[in-house]
Amino acid sequence: MSTSVSSASAGSRADTVDSSDAPLLQVNDLHVEFRTRDGVAKAVNGVDYSVRAGETLAVLGESGSGKSVTAQAIMGILDSPPGHITGGEIIFKGRDLLKLGSEDRRQIRGAQMAMIFQDALSSLNPVHTVGAQLGEMYRVHKGSSRKEATAKAIELMDRVRIPAAKDRVNDYPHQFSGGMRQRIMIAMALALEPDLIIADEPTTALDVTVQAQVMDLLAELQAEYHMGLILITHDLGVVADVADKIAVMYAGRIVETAPVGELYARPAHPYTRGLLDSIPRLDQKGQELYAIKGLPPNLLHIPAGCAFNPRCPRAQEICRQEVPRLFQVTENDGTELAGRGSACFFWKETLNGE
Amino acid sequence: MVSNGSSALGAAVPEEIAFAQKVAPGEPILEVRDLVKHFPLTKGVVFRKLVGAVKAVDGVSFDLIQGETLGIVGESGCGKSTLAKVLMNLEPATSGSVKYKGEEISRLSGAALKAVRRNIQMVFQDPYTSLNPRMTVGDIIGEPYEIHPEVAPKGERRRAVQDLLDVVGLNPEYINRYPHQFSGGQRQRIGIARGLALKPEIIICDEPVSALDVSVQAQVINLLDRLQKDFELSYMFIAHDLSIVRHISDRVGVMYLGKMVEIGSDLEIYDHATHPYTQALLSAVPVPDPSQREARDRIVLEGDVPSPANPPSGCRFRTRCWKAQEKCTLEEPLLIVRPGLQRLAAHDSACHFAEEREVELTAEERQQRPADE
Repeated sequence: MSTSVSSASAGSRADTVDSSDAPLLQVNDLHVEFRTRDGVAKAVNGVDYSVRAGETLAVLGESGSGKSVTAQAIMGILDSPPGHITGGEIIFKGRDLLKLGSEDRRQIRGAQMAMIFQDALSSLNPVHTVGAQLGEMYRVHKGSSRKEATAKAIELMDRVRIPAAKDRVNDYPHQFSGGMRQRIMIAMALALEPDLIIADEPTTALDVTVQAQVMDLLAELQAEYHMGLILITHDLGVVADVADKIAVMYAGRIVETAPVGELYARPAHPYTRGLLDSIPRLDQKGQELYAIKGLPPNLLHIPAGCAFNPRCPRAQEICRQEVPRLFQVTENDGTELAGRGSACFFWKETLNGE
Repeated sequence: MVSNGSSALGAAVPEEIAFAQKVAPGEPILEVRDLVKHFPLTKGVVFRKLVGAVKAVDGVSFDLIQGETLGIVGESGCGKSTLAKVLMNLEPATSGSVKYKGEEISRLSGAALKAVRRNIQMVFQDPYTSLNPRMTVGDIIGEPYEIHPEVAPKGERRRAVQDLLDVVGLNPEYINRYPHQFSGGQRQRIGIARGLALKPEIIICDEPVSALDVSVQAQVINLLDRLQKDFELSYMFIAHDLSIVRHISDRVGVMYLGKMVEIGSDLEIYDHATHPYTQALLSAVPVPDPSQREARDRIVLEGDVPSPANPPSGCRFRTRCWKAQEKCTLEEPLLIVRPGLQRLAAHDSACHFAEEREVELTAEERQQRPADE
């Protein structure tokens, strides 16, 4: 690692966030579209976000909001065709990844940024042992021998607390439980100690008790290696537990960004507000849950103006005509709220709960 | 109901008359007693030898009351989906009894089984594998009418299917599309529409919303709620999302490794759980409130669920339980009310040392407190 990242000090994660450094990853105005027979689906329409070393960014959104596509574009694993990056830049440690050749991208992928996928059973190769798949990272990127690679694989499995790693290194993925398989995915992502990890719904397929184990493990390893983490999820509970800041996506755009505490306390976008209101709460038992009406938009025909306007309780004429930019959110007296933005013309009213 | 000549059911099925009667609210519509489902494990190809059994459901008893929602929670592998399948008679029960309106249905076959199945429908877990990819949505939702033609005459089926699509929040124009053209969430709605097609009395929902987005989950929960009121449905709601189960359920049963470990009203289970497993499960649920992050009192369970082929002796939870003692190894705890427990803590719990957690308040309760005052 060439950048001067200070040693991963102990203490809470908030302390280790180094705010003076340039961000580890900066995504600027990214556009991705899928050219299909039915037309062009605009999956990502100008996304900006950044992650610093040691920081956890949660990208929250429904299916089809473009959160996974953005991650795939960052990783360079977008299926192309039909996917095409049509604009923007992805700056990782000072270099624009979109300007690099495929061989340079391959060097970065796995070694410097890695991804944890949702479904460990279909992400692991069923015909190779987990030891071989973990060792492959070392064999391909580091040129290790088979023996060294196996030793490393055992070490990694120990690291993610898989019991009896030595005996299980030659087992196949189907011989592990769901939680253990997800640990193997995490081990694989961690193998070369990357600076950035993108976790795409890492615990969605897991039970709550196992989810707690896996998220704890992930947070612990992140603090230890001082990694940046992009957590892609739709689970508002998990986000509240682990994230430092949140970017809420809708129809390929970021509609709100905020530090985790403020987003939950005072959302500044009607969509975020709707999501929070639709969580079942104790005092609403037996009543109808608040539900955002309608369906997420078809990406082939994104509504004009603000994409959320057909589902929004606050929509006015301007929302149907103009696309709102990400406004800086300020307190009523005009003081800027750090890190807060809302792509809603009526963010002020939403923030104040009017 | 008098069936006409075109009915495939035939009027001669005596069960149908029995099933046609209404059950008063508060009476059990489904009584399950000591239900067991073992899947045999065999060895050898020519000479098959029985070497054991996966004890997926191992002696479960409960009642489903007319008009209520019974939530069943538990981790994957605890037998909740197998339980659903046995109730539907999709898997034959190894032993035990299932009574629907007082009639034993676990041994039925043929026309009698078909008649029962019209009244007990299911919404499946995985919308990707439970919809035939080669059928259009209209055919999928309309297929129940092929099997039970008395529900909707041929000419009205298309209209009925479109109404159902509308009811579950899909565009009725999608009737000629194929499942792959829909997102996972939309597919689950198709599955729900299919479950509703025959206007059943009981719907067994197996993880019906776990594949849906949060904003859409709320819509579907509201939809299920509304349908329950409109059609006097009884739900068995199987899920692992505890907050949703709490919202929708009147009573909740907690399963672990093929056994019901605790059952009671939603208040009894969520606020006064006495089984250690229920307590651990509840504490592991992430709370959507970042201010609670440090304050949460979580019990993180060690290890995985043991294999149901070879469950631990005595109490099945003892291998992961912090309260486990000698007695737990030797003696299987019964699902009973233990003496000495007060008020809401006094409900069925299968733990020798059943008691409420001593922590001051759980995170959820802390959240609730300010609202109470």
